Amino acid sequence: MRALFLAAALLVAVPVAGQAQTNPNVSGTPTNPTSMLPPVADELEVIKALQGGRVAGRITIPDQQAASLIQPGGRSWREFHNVTLAWVGGIAVLGMLALLVLFRLMKGRIPVEGGLSGRTIQRFNLLERANHWMVASTFIILALSGLNLTFGRHVLLPLVGPEAFTAISQWGKYAHNFLAFPFTLGIVVMLLLWVKDNIPNGTDARWLKAGGGLVGHGHPDSGRFNAGQKGIFWITVLGGAAVAVTGYILVFPFFFTDIAGMQLSHIIHSIVSVVMIAVMLAHIYIGTLGMEGASDAMTSGQVDLNWARQHHNLWVEQEMAKGRGATPPAGAKAAGGD
Amino acid sequence: MARMKFLLDAERCIECNACVTACKNEHEVPWGINRRRVVTINDGKPGERSVSMACMHCTDAPCAAVCPVSCFYTTADAVVLHDKDLCIGCGYCFYACPFGAPQYPRVGNFGSRGKMDKCTYCAGGPQADNTQAEYIQYGSNRLAEGKLPLCAEMCSTKALLAGDGAVIAQIYRERVQRRGYGSGAWGWRTAYRETVAI
Repeated sequence: MRALFLAAALLVAVPVAGQAQTNPNVSGTPTNPTSMLPPVADELEVIKALQGGRVAGRITIPDQQAASLIQPGGRSWREFHNVTLAWVGGIAVLGMLALLVLFRLMKGRIPVEGGLSGRTIQRFNLLERANHWMVASTFIILALSGLNLTFGRHVLLPLVGPEAFTAISQWGKYAHNFLAFPFTLGIVVMLLLWVKDNIPNGTDARWLKAGGGLVGHGHPDSGRFNAGQKGIFWITVLGGAAVAVTGYILVFPFFFTDIAGMQLSHIIHSIVSVVMIAVMLAHIYIGTLGMEGASDAMTSGQVDLNWARQHHNLWVEQEMAKGRGATPPAGAKAAGGD
Repeated sequence: MARMKFLLDAERCIECNACVTACKNEHEVPWGINRRRVVTINDGKPGERSVSMACMHCTDAPCAAVCPVSCFYTTADAVVLHDKDLCIGCGYCFYACPFGAPQYPRVGNFGSRGKMDKCTYCAGGPQADNTQAEYIQYGSNRLAEGKLPLCAEMCSTKALLAGDGAVIAQIYRERVQRRGYGSGAWGWRTAYRETVAI
Protein backbone atom coordinates (compact mmCIF):
# COMPACT_ATOMS: atom_id res chain seq x y z
CA MET A 1 0.00 0.00 0.00
CA ARG A 2 2.77 2.34 1.01
CA ALA A 3 4.72 1.57 -2.12
CA LEU A 4 1.60 2.24 -4.14
CA PHE A 5 1.14 5.69 -2.62
CA LEU A 6 4.75 6.60 -3.25
CA ALA A 7 4.56 5.34 -6.80
CA ALA A 8 1.46 7.47 -7.30
CA ALA A 9 3.22 10.44 -5.81
CA LEU A 10 6.16 10.00 -8.17
CA LEU A 11 3.96 9.52 -11.22
CA VAL A 12 2.04 12.70 -10.58
CA ALA A 13 5.10 14.70 -9.71
CA VAL A 14 7.24 13.79 -12.71
CA PRO A 15 5.44 16.01 -15.26
CA VAL A 16 5.76 18.95 -12.85
CA ALA A 17 9.50 18.43 -12.69
CA GLY A 18 9.65 18.16 -16.47
CA GLN A 19 8.07 21.58 -16.85
CA ALA A 20 10.49 23.15 -14.42
CA GLN A 21 13.45 21.79 -16.36
CA THR A 22 12.26 22.94 -19.74
CA ASN A 23 11.62 26.44 -18.50
CA PRO A 24 14.68 27.51 -16.50
CA ASN A 25 13.82 31.21 -16.64
CA VAL A 26 10.92 30.95 -14.24
CA SER A 27 11.68 33.36 -11.42
CA GLY A 28 12.75 31.66 -8.23
CA THR A 29 13.97 28.57 -10.07
CA PRO A 30 16.37 27.03 -7.61
CA THR A 31 20.01 26.66 -8.50
CA ASN A 32 20.73 23.87 -6.04
CA PRO A 33 21.07 20.61 -7.97
CA THR A 34 19.02 18.54 -5.53
CA SER A 35 16.04 20.76 -6.10
CA MET A 36 16.05 19.83 -9.82
CA LEU A 37 14.86 16.40 -8.74
CA PRO A 38 11.12 15.75 -8.78
CA PRO A 39 9.80 18.04 -6.07
CA VAL A 40 7.73 15.32 -4.43
CA ALA A 41 9.10 16.17 -1.03
CA ASP A 42 6.93 19.25 -0.85
CA GLU A 43 4.15 18.63 1.64
CA LEU A 44 1.32 20.11 -0.37
CA GLU A 45 2.48 18.38 -3.57
CA VAL A 46 2.65 15.02 -1.81
CA ILE A 47 -0.77 15.43 -0.21
CA LYS A 48 -2.25 16.50 -3.55
CA ALA A 49 -0.63 13.54 -5.31
CA LEU A 50 -2.01 11.10 -2.74
CA GLN A 51 -5.52 12.52 -3.14
CA GLY A 52 -6.46 12.11 0.48
CA GLY A 53 -4.38 8.98 1.02
CA ARG A 54 -1.96 8.48 3.85
CA VAL A 55 1.52 9.99 3.68
CA ALA A 56 3.84 7.23 4.80
CA GLY A 57 7.53 6.52 4.74
CA ARG A 58 10.18 4.45 6.45
CA ILE A 59 10.81 4.42 10.16
CA THR A 60 13.62 2.99 12.27
CA ILE A 61 11.64 2.32 15.45
CA PRO A 62 9.92 -1.06 15.97
CA ASP A 63 6.39 0.35 15.81
CA GLN A 64 5.84 0.20 12.04
CA GLN A 65 2.50 1.96 12.36
CA ALA A 66 4.47 5.06 13.21
CA ALA A 67 5.69 5.08 9.59
CA SER A 68 2.40 6.75 8.75
CA LEU A 69 3.22 10.45 8.75
CA ILE A 70 -0.11 12.11 8.03
CA GLN A 71 -3.45 10.29 7.78
CA PRO A 72 -6.16 12.62 6.46
CA GLY A 73 -8.73 9.85 7.13
CA GLY A 74 -8.77 10.99 10.75
CA ARG A 75 -10.60 14.12 9.67
CA SER A 76 -13.43 12.13 8.08
CA TRP A 77 -13.61 9.88 11.11
CA ARG A 78 -13.85 12.91 13.41
CA GLU A 79 -16.66 14.29 11.24
CA PHE A 80 -18.43 10.94 11.45
CA HIS A 81 -17.98 10.56 15.21
CA ASN A 82 -18.89 14.11 16.19
CA VAL A 83 -21.55 14.99 13.65
CA THR A 84 -22.96 12.04 11.68
CA LEU A 85 -23.08 9.56 14.53
CA ALA A 86 -24.41 12.11 17.01
CA TRP A 87 -27.28 12.98 14.65
CA VAL A 88 -28.06 9.46 13.48
CA GLY A 89 -27.86 8.09 17.03
CA GLY A 90 -29.83 10.95 18.54
CA ILE A 91 -32.59 10.77 15.95
CA ALA A 92 -32.77 6.96 16.09
CA VAL A 93 -33.06 6.75 19.88
CA LEU A 94 -35.10 9.88 20.66
CA GLY A 95 -37.17 9.50 17.49
CA MET A 96 -38.12 5.95 18.41
CA LEU A 97 -39.05 7.01 21.96
CA ALA A 98 -41.24 9.79 20.55
CA LEU A 99 -42.89 7.36 18.13
CA LEU A 100 -43.64 4.95 20.94
CA VAL A 101 -45.19 7.67 23.10
CA LEU A 102 -47.28 8.78 20.14
CA PHE A 103 -48.33 5.20 19.44
CA ARG A 104 -49.30 4.68 23.06
CA LEU A 105 -51.40 7.85 23.07
CA MET A 106 -53.15 6.91 19.85
CA LYS A 107 -53.71 3.19 20.33
CA GLY A 108 -53.37 2.66 24.07
CA ARG A 109 -52.44 -0.73 25.43
CA ILE A 110 -53.35 -3.60 23.16
CA PRO A 111 -55.75 -5.77 25.22
CA VAL A 112 -56.35 -9.51 25.08
CA GLU A 113 -59.62 -9.80 23.20
CA GLY A 114 -62.26 -11.55 25.25
CA GLY A 115 -60.17 -11.21 28.40
CA LEU A 116 -57.79 -13.73 29.93
CA SER A 117 -58.99 -17.32 29.67
CA GLY A 118 -57.11 -18.54 32.71
CA ARG A 119 -55.73 -21.39 30.63
CA THR A 120 -52.11 -21.11 29.54
CA ILE A 121 -49.83 -22.61 26.94
CA GLN A 122 -46.03 -22.79 27.03
CA ARG A 123 -44.49 -20.32 24.61
CA PHE A 124 -40.80 -20.38 25.56
CA ASN A 125 -38.96 -23.04 27.54
CA LEU A 126 -36.35 -22.35 30.20
CA LEU A 127 -33.38 -22.46 27.80
CA GLU A 128 -35.05 -20.02 25.42
CA ARG A 129 -35.92 -17.64 28.22
CA ALA A 130 -32.52 -17.84 29.92
CA ASN A 131 -30.77 -17.20 26.63
CA HIS A 132 -33.10 -14.32 25.82
CA TRP A 133 -32.35 -12.66 29.13
CA MET A 134 -28.60 -13.20 28.78
CA VAL A 135 -28.71 -11.40 25.43
CA ALA A 136 -31.14 -8.77 26.71
CA SER A 137 -29.24 -7.90 29.89
CA THR A 138 -25.85 -7.74 28.19
CA PHE A 139 -27.37 -5.75 25.31
CA ILE A 140 -28.72 -3.11 27.71
CA ILE A 141 -25.33 -2.66 29.37
CA LEU A 142 -23.53 -2.70 26.02
CA ALA A 143 -26.00 -0.14 24.66
CA LEU A 144 -25.75 2.21 27.64
CA SER A 145 -21.95 2.04 27.83
CA GLY A 146 -21.77 2.51 24.05
CA LEU A 147 -24.12 5.49 24.02
CA ASN A 148 -22.05 6.92 26.87
CA LEU A 149 -18.99 7.12 24.62
CA THR A 150 -20.83 9.32 22.14
CA PHE A 151 -23.33 11.23 24.25
CA GLY A 152 -22.02 10.89 27.81
CA ARG A 153 -19.83 13.96 27.77
CA HIS A 154 -22.78 16.12 26.69
CA VAL A 155 -25.39 14.52 28.95
CA LEU A 156 -23.75 12.85 31.94
CA LEU A 157 -20.46 14.75 32.34
CA PRO A 158 -22.09 18.08 33.28
CA LEU A 159 -24.23 16.28 35.86
CA VAL A 160 -21.65 14.17 37.70
CA GLY A 161 -18.37 16.02 37.11
CA PRO A 162 -15.19 14.83 35.35
CA GLU A 163 -13.82 12.38 37.97
CA ALA A 164 -17.08 10.48 38.46
CA PHE A 165 -17.70 10.52 34.72
CA THR A 166 -14.28 9.02 34.03
CA ALA A 167 -14.95 6.28 36.61
CA ILE A 168 -18.30 5.50 35.01
CA SER A 169 -16.83 5.50 31.51
CA GLN A 170 -13.87 3.34 32.55
CA TRP A 171 -16.12 0.70 34.10
CA GLY A 172 -18.46 1.05 31.14
CA LYS A 173 -15.54 0.32 28.83
CA TYR A 174 -14.54 -2.81 30.74
CA ALA A 175 -18.15 -3.98 30.84
CA HIS A 176 -18.51 -3.27 27.12
CA ASN A 177 -15.39 -5.26 26.24
CA PHE A 178 -16.09 -8.29 28.40
CA LEU A 179 -19.88 -8.57 28.08
CA ALA A 180 -19.35 -8.76 24.34
CA PHE A 181 -18.58 -12.45 24.85
CA PRO A 182 -21.83 -13.60 26.54
CA PHE A 183 -23.71 -11.37 24.12
CA THR A 184 -22.13 -13.06 21.11
CA LEU A 185 -22.70 -16.52 22.59
CA GLY A 186 -26.35 -15.63 23.19
CA ILE A 187 -26.78 -14.45 19.61
CA VAL A 188 -25.41 -17.76 18.32
CA VAL A 189 -27.70 -19.78 20.62
CA MET A 190 -30.62 -17.57 19.62
CA LEU A 191 -29.94 -18.31 15.97
CA LEU A 192 -29.83 -22.06 16.61
CA LEU A 193 -32.98 -22.06 18.78
CA TRP A 194 -35.25 -19.88 16.69
CA VAL A 195 -34.06 -19.84 13.09
CA LYS A 196 -36.47 -22.63 12.07
CA ASP A 197 -39.47 -20.53 13.18
CA ASN A 198 -38.16 -17.35 11.57
CA ILE A 199 -37.90 -18.29 7.90
CA PRO A 200 -40.08 -15.77 6.03
CA ASN A 201 -43.08 -17.32 4.27
CA GLY A 202 -46.40 -16.46 2.65
CA THR A 203 -48.13 -15.95 5.99
CA ASP A 204 -45.75 -13.07 6.67
CA ALA A 205 -46.69 -11.37 3.41
CA ARG A 206 -50.38 -11.59 4.31
CA TRP A 207 -49.64 -10.41 7.85
CA LEU A 208 -47.75 -7.39 6.57
CA LYS A 209 -50.48 -6.62 4.00
CA ALA A 210 -53.06 -6.55 6.78
CA GLY A 211 -50.89 -4.06 8.68
CA GLY A 212 -49.88 -6.56 11.32
CA GLY A 213 -50.94 -6.39 14.90
CA LEU A 214 -49.63 -2.88 15.51
CA VAL A 215 -51.14 -0.72 12.82
CA GLY A 216 -53.95 -2.86 11.47
CA HIS A 217 -57.16 -3.78 13.21
CA GLY A 218 -57.80 -7.38 12.28
CA HIS A 219 -55.67 -10.24 13.50
CA PRO A 220 -54.03 -11.74 10.49
CA ASP A 221 -52.89 -15.35 10.69
CA SER A 222 -49.53 -15.88 12.30
CA GLY A 223 -47.33 -18.82 13.16
CA ARG A 224 -45.01 -18.96 16.15
CA PHE A 225 -43.50 -15.63 15.13
CA ASN A 226 -45.24 -12.97 13.06
CA ALA A 227 -43.46 -10.95 10.39
CA GLY A 228 -42.63 -8.17 12.84
CA GLN A 229 -41.04 -10.59 15.26
CA LYS A 230 -39.15 -12.24 12.43
CA GLY A 231 -37.84 -8.80 11.53
CA ILE A 232 -36.66 -8.32 15.13
CA PHE A 233 -35.03 -11.76 15.03
CA TRP A 234 -33.08 -11.10 11.85
CA ILE A 235 -32.08 -7.58 12.95
CA THR A 236 -30.82 -9.09 16.21
CA VAL A 237 -28.94 -11.96 14.59
CA LEU A 238 -27.48 -10.12 11.59
CA GLY A 239 -26.96 -6.82 13.44
CA GLY A 240 -25.54 -8.75 16.38
CA ALA A 241 -23.11 -10.52 14.05
CA ALA A 242 -22.06 -7.19 12.52
CA VAL A 243 -21.44 -5.51 15.89
CA ALA A 244 -19.69 -8.63 17.18
CA VAL A 245 -17.26 -8.87 14.25
CA THR A 246 -16.49 -5.13 14.19
CA GLY A 247 -16.40 -5.08 17.99
CA TYR A 248 -13.76 -7.80 18.18
CA ILE A 249 -11.70 -5.92 15.61
CA LEU A 250 -11.94 -2.82 17.84
CA VAL A 251 -11.17 -4.69 21.04
CA PHE A 252 -7.93 -6.05 19.57
CA PRO A 253 -6.60 -2.76 18.25
CA PHE A 254 -4.49 -3.04 15.08
CA PHE A 255 -4.24 -6.83 15.40
CA PHE A 256 -6.42 -7.52 12.36
CA THR A 257 -6.25 -4.26 10.46
CA ASP A 258 -4.65 -0.83 10.09
CA ILE A 259 -5.97 2.57 11.11
CA ALA A 260 -8.34 2.86 8.14
CA GLY A 261 -9.78 -0.53 9.08
CA MET A 262 -10.15 0.53 12.71
CA GLN A 263 -11.99 3.69 11.67
CA LEU A 264 -14.28 1.74 9.34
CA SER A 265 -14.95 -0.88 12.02
CA HIS A 266 -15.97 1.86 14.43
CA ILE A 267 -18.28 3.42 11.83
CA ILE A 268 -20.06 0.12 11.09
CA HIS A 269 -20.15 -0.85 14.78
CA SER A 270 -21.70 2.41 15.94
CA ILE A 271 -24.26 2.85 13.15
CA VAL A 272 -25.53 -0.74 13.41
CA SER A 273 -25.62 -0.35 17.20
CA VAL A 274 -27.78 2.77 17.28
CA VAL A 275 -30.20 1.21 14.78
CA MET A 276 -30.39 -1.90 16.97
CA ILE A 277 -30.98 0.22 20.07
CA ALA A 278 -33.89 1.97 18.36
CA VAL A 279 -35.40 -1.36 17.23
CA MET A 280 -34.95 -2.87 20.71
CA LEU A 281 -36.75 0.08 22.31
CA ALA A 282 -39.78 -0.81 20.22
CA HIS A 283 -39.33 -4.50 21.07
CA ILE A 284 -39.16 -3.74 24.80
CA TYR A 285 -42.23 -1.51 24.58
CA ILE A 286 -44.46 -3.99 22.81
CA GLY A 287 -43.27 -6.84 25.01
CA THR A 288 -44.11 -5.06 28.26
CA LEU A 289 -46.13 -1.83 28.45
CA GLY A 290 -47.61 -1.97 24.99
CA MET A 291 -49.47 -5.27 25.03
CA GLU A 292 -51.47 -7.09 27.67
CA GLY A 293 -50.28 -10.64 28.27
CA ALA A 294 -47.11 -10.38 26.16
CA SER A 295 -44.49 -10.24 28.90
CA ASP A 296 -45.57 -13.64 30.30
CA ALA A 297 -43.94 -15.28 27.29
CA MET A 298 -40.49 -14.30 28.51
CA THR A 299 -41.06 -14.39 32.28
CA SER A 300 -42.94 -17.56 33.20
CA GLY A 301 -42.93 -18.80 29.63
CA GLN A 302 -46.66 -19.56 29.95
CA VAL A 303 -48.95 -17.32 27.92
CA ASP A 304 -52.71 -17.07 28.17
CA LEU A 305 -54.47 -19.16 25.56
CA ASN A 306 -56.64 -16.23 24.41
CA TRP A 307 -53.54 -14.09 23.92
CA ALA A 308 -51.88 -16.89 21.96
CA ARG A 309 -54.96 -17.43 19.75
CA GLN A 310 -55.19 -13.70 19.10
CA HIS A 311 -51.59 -13.21 18.03
CA HIS A 312 -50.29 -16.61 16.98
CA ASN A 313 -53.33 -18.65 15.94
CA LEU A 314 -51.47 -20.97 13.54
CA TRP A 315 -48.87 -21.76 16.18
CA VAL A 316 -51.58 -22.59 18.75
CA GLU A 317 -53.24 -24.96 16.26
CA GLN A 318 -49.90 -26.62 15.66
CA GLU A 319 -49.19 -27.06 19.36
CA MET A 320 -52.67 -28.43 19.99
CA ALA A 321 -52.23 -30.90 17.13
CA LYS A 322 -48.97 -32.03 18.71
CA GLY A 323 -50.85 -32.79 21.88
CA ARG A 324 -49.02 -30.12 23.84
CA GLY A 325 -52.26 -28.42 24.70
CA ALA A 326 -53.04 -25.75 27.19
CA THR A 327 -52.68 -26.42 30.89
CA PRO A 328 -55.93 -25.94 32.83
CA PRO A 329 -56.15 -23.50 35.72
CA ALA A 330 -54.88 -24.79 39.06
CA GLY A 331 -58.37 -25.18 40.55
CA ALA A 332 -59.75 -27.17 37.63
CA LYS A 333 -61.06 -30.66 38.30
CA ALA A 334 -61.26 -33.61 36.00
CA ALA A 335 -64.58 -34.15 34.24
CA GLY A 336 -67.00 -35.84 36.58
CA GLY A 337 -64.82 -35.04 39.56
CA ASP A 338 -67.34 -32.68 41.14
CA MET B 1 0.85 35.06 24.76
CA ALA B 2 2.74 33.18 22.14
CA ARG B 3 1.09 30.63 19.88
CA MET B 4 3.54 27.75 20.25
CA LYS B 5 4.16 25.56 17.20
CA PHE B 6 6.63 23.08 15.79
CA LEU B 7 8.12 23.60 12.34
CA LEU B 8 10.19 20.98 10.55
CA ASP B 9 12.43 22.12 7.72
CA ALA B 10 12.75 18.85 5.77
CA GLU B 11 15.61 20.30 3.67
CA ARG B 12 17.72 20.27 6.81
CA CYS B 13 16.67 17.11 8.65
CA ILE B 14 19.40 14.47 8.43
CA GLU B 15 17.42 11.74 10.22
CA CYS B 16 19.88 11.61 13.11
CA ASN B 17 17.04 10.88 15.56
CA ALA B 18 18.62 13.09 18.22
CA CYS B 19 15.20 14.70 18.77
CA VAL B 20 13.71 11.27 19.44
CA THR B 21 16.49 10.38 21.87
CA ALA B 22 16.40 13.74 23.62
CA CYS B 23 12.65 13.44 24.10
CA LYS B 24 12.81 9.92 25.45
CA ASN B 25 15.59 10.80 27.86
CA GLU B 26 14.20 14.11 29.05
CA HIS B 27 10.82 12.66 29.96
CA GLU B 28 11.87 9.09 30.85
CA VAL B 29 9.45 7.87 28.21
CA PRO B 30 9.02 4.09 28.60
CA TRP B 31 9.87 1.48 25.99
CA GLY B 32 7.38 1.23 23.19
CA ILE B 33 6.25 4.84 23.43
CA ASN B 34 7.55 7.41 20.98
CA ARG B 35 6.32 10.90 21.57
CA ARG B 36 8.46 11.95 18.61
CA ARG B 37 9.64 9.97 15.61
CA VAL B 38 11.42 10.56 12.31
CA VAL B 39 9.72 9.35 9.14
CA THR B 40 11.65 9.24 5.86
CA ILE B 41 9.56 9.60 2.74
CA ASN B 42 10.77 8.54 -0.71
CA ASP B 43 13.54 6.60 0.99
CA GLY B 44 16.42 5.98 -1.41
CA LYS B 45 14.63 7.80 -4.22
CA PRO B 46 14.76 11.30 -5.63
CA GLY B 47 12.90 13.61 -3.31
CA GLU B 48 13.89 11.73 -0.17
CA ARG B 49 13.15 13.84 2.88
CA SER B 50 13.04 13.06 6.57
CA VAL B 51 10.38 14.59 8.76
CA SER B 52 10.53 14.62 12.54
CA MET B 53 6.95 14.36 13.74
CA ALA B 54 5.21 14.58 17.10
CA CYS B 55 2.00 16.09 18.34
CA MET B 56 1.66 19.36 16.41
CA HIS B 57 -0.57 20.98 19.05
CA CYS B 58 -3.25 21.63 16.46
CA THR B 59 -5.63 24.53 16.25
CA ASP B 60 -9.07 22.94 16.82
CA ALA B 61 -7.36 19.69 17.86
CA PRO B 62 -9.10 16.53 16.54
CA CYS B 63 -8.08 14.52 19.64
CA ALA B 64 -9.88 16.96 21.90
CA ALA B 65 -12.89 17.02 19.59
CA VAL B 66 -13.47 13.26 19.71
CA CYS B 67 -12.41 12.50 23.31
CA PRO B 68 -15.42 10.81 25.01
CA VAL B 69 -14.35 12.04 28.45
CA SER B 70 -13.17 15.53 27.39
CA CYS B 71 -9.74 15.09 29.00
CA PHE B 72 -7.90 17.51 26.67
CA TYR B 73 -7.30 21.18 27.26
CA THR B 74 -5.37 23.92 25.50
CA THR B 75 -3.00 26.11 27.49
CA ALA B 76 -2.62 29.87 27.13
CA ASP B 77 0.40 29.13 24.89
CA ALA B 78 -1.87 27.04 22.63
CA VAL B 79 -0.24 23.80 23.73
CA VAL B 80 -2.65 20.85 23.63
CA LEU B 81 -2.39 18.81 26.85
CA HIS B 82 -4.47 16.09 28.45
CA ASP B 83 -5.33 14.87 31.92
CA LYS B 84 -4.21 11.26 32.41
CA ASP B 85 -6.38 10.94 35.50
CA LEU B 86 -9.42 11.39 33.27
CA CYS B 87 -8.22 9.41 30.21
CA ILE B 88 -9.90 6.00 29.84
CA GLY B 89 -7.56 4.73 27.11
CA CYS B 90 -10.30 4.25 24.51
CA GLY B 91 -7.99 5.03 21.59
CA TYR B 92 -10.35 7.47 19.85
CA CYS B 93 -7.73 10.24 19.78
CA PHE B 94 -5.43 7.93 17.81
CA TYR B 95 -8.14 7.36 15.19
CA ALA B 96 -8.72 11.09 14.80
CA CYS B 97 -5.12 12.36 15.02
CA PRO B 98 -3.66 13.02 11.56
CA PHE B 99 -0.09 12.64 12.86
CA GLY B 100 -0.34 9.42 14.88
CA ALA B 101 0.76 11.32 17.98
CA PRO B 102 -1.19 9.54 20.76
CA GLN B 103 0.69 6.57 22.23
CA TYR B 104 -0.49 3.82 24.57
CA PRO B 105 1.69 2.06 27.14
CA ARG B 106 0.34 -1.44 26.57
CA VAL B 107 -0.37 -3.60 23.54
CA GLY B 108 -3.93 -3.30 24.63
CA ASN B 109 -6.13 -6.27 23.90
CA PHE B 110 -9.51 -5.93 25.58
CA GLY B 111 -9.08 -2.20 25.46
CA SER B 112 -6.56 -2.19 28.30
CA ARG B 113 -4.22 0.15 26.50
CA GLY B 114 -3.58 2.23 29.59
CA LYS B 115 -3.56 6.01 29.74
CA MET B 116 -2.69 7.77 26.52
CA ASP B 117 0.70 9.47 26.34
CA LYS B 118 1.84 12.08 23.87
CA CYS B 119 4.16 15.02 23.32
CA THR B 120 3.47 17.73 25.90
CA TYR B 121 5.57 20.37 24.13
CA CYS B 122 7.73 19.95 27.26
CA ALA B 123 4.90 21.62 29.16
CA GLY B 124 3.95 18.88 31.64
CA GLY B 125 0.34 18.36 32.53
CA PRO B 126 -2.46 19.53 34.79
CA GLN B 127 -0.47 18.81 37.99
CA ALA B 128 1.38 21.65 39.71
CA ASP B 129 4.42 22.73 37.65
CA ASN B 130 7.62 20.72 38.08
CA THR B 131 6.35 18.50 40.86
CA GLN B 132 7.27 14.83 41.16
CA ALA B 133 3.67 13.88 40.34
CA GLU B 134 3.80 15.88 37.14
CA TYR B 135 7.16 14.42 36.16
CA ILE B 136 6.04 10.80 36.64
CA GLN B 137 2.85 11.27 34.63
CA TYR B 138 3.92 13.71 31.94
CA GLY B 139 7.68 14.23 32.08
CA SER B 140 9.54 17.45 32.68
CA ASN B 141 7.98 20.88 32.32
CA ARG B 142 10.58 22.97 30.52
CA LEU B 143 8.09 25.59 29.42
CA ALA B 144 7.42 26.47 33.07
CA GLU B 145 11.18 27.00 33.44
CA GLY B 146 11.20 29.38 30.50
CA LYS B 147 12.79 26.85 28.13
CA LEU B 148 11.59 25.52 24.79
CA PRO B 149 11.06 21.82 23.91
CA LEU B 150 14.28 19.84 24.13
CA CYS B 151 13.88 18.09 20.76
CA ALA B 152 14.18 21.40 18.93
CA GLU B 153 16.88 22.69 21.27
CA MET B 154 18.96 19.56 20.58
CA CYS B 155 18.50 19.58 16.81
CA SER B 156 22.02 19.77 15.35
CA THR B 157 20.95 21.16 11.98
CA LYS B 158 18.16 23.30 13.41
CA ALA B 159 15.75 21.51 11.12
CA LEU B 160 13.23 21.27 13.94
CA LEU B 161 12.11 24.63 15.24
CA ALA B 162 9.91 25.21 18.26
CA GLY B 163 8.56 28.47 19.56
CA ASP B 164 6.07 31.17 18.74
CA GLY B 165 4.51 30.32 15.38
CA ALA B 166 5.08 33.77 13.91
CA VAL B 167 8.77 33.77 14.87
CA ILE B 168 9.64 30.29 13.60
CA ALA B 169 7.63 30.87 10.41
CA GLN B 170 9.74 34.00 9.78
CA ILE B 171 12.97 32.02 10.34
CA TYR B 172 11.82 29.39 7.87
CA ARG B 173 10.66 32.00 5.37
CA GLU B 174 14.10 33.67 5.41
CA ARG B 175 15.80 30.30 4.91
CA VAL B 176 13.65 29.45 1.92
CA GLN B 177 14.21 32.87 0.40
CA ARG B 178 17.97 32.67 0.87
CA ARG B 179 18.48 29.16 -0.45
CA GLY B 180 15.73 29.39 -3.02
CA TYR B 181 13.74 26.28 -2.19
CA GLY B 182 11.88 24.46 0.52
CA SER B 183 9.53 21.57 0.85
CA GLY B 184 6.91 23.23 2.96
CA ALA B 185 6.31 23.43 6.67
CA TRP B 186 5.36 19.78 7.15
CA GLY B 187 2.03 19.31 8.87
CA TRP B 188 1.14 23.00 9.07
CA ARG B 189 -1.73 22.89 6.62
CA THR B 190 -3.20 19.96 8.52
CA ALA B 191 -2.52 21.19 12.04
CA TYR B 192 -2.94 24.95 11.78
CA ARG B 193 -5.02 25.32 8.59
CA GLU B 194 -2.32 27.57 7.16
CA THR B 195 1.05 27.24 5.57
CA VAL B 196 4.12 29.47 5.60
CA ALA B 197 3.73 31.86 2.68
CA ILE B 198 7.11 32.55 1.10
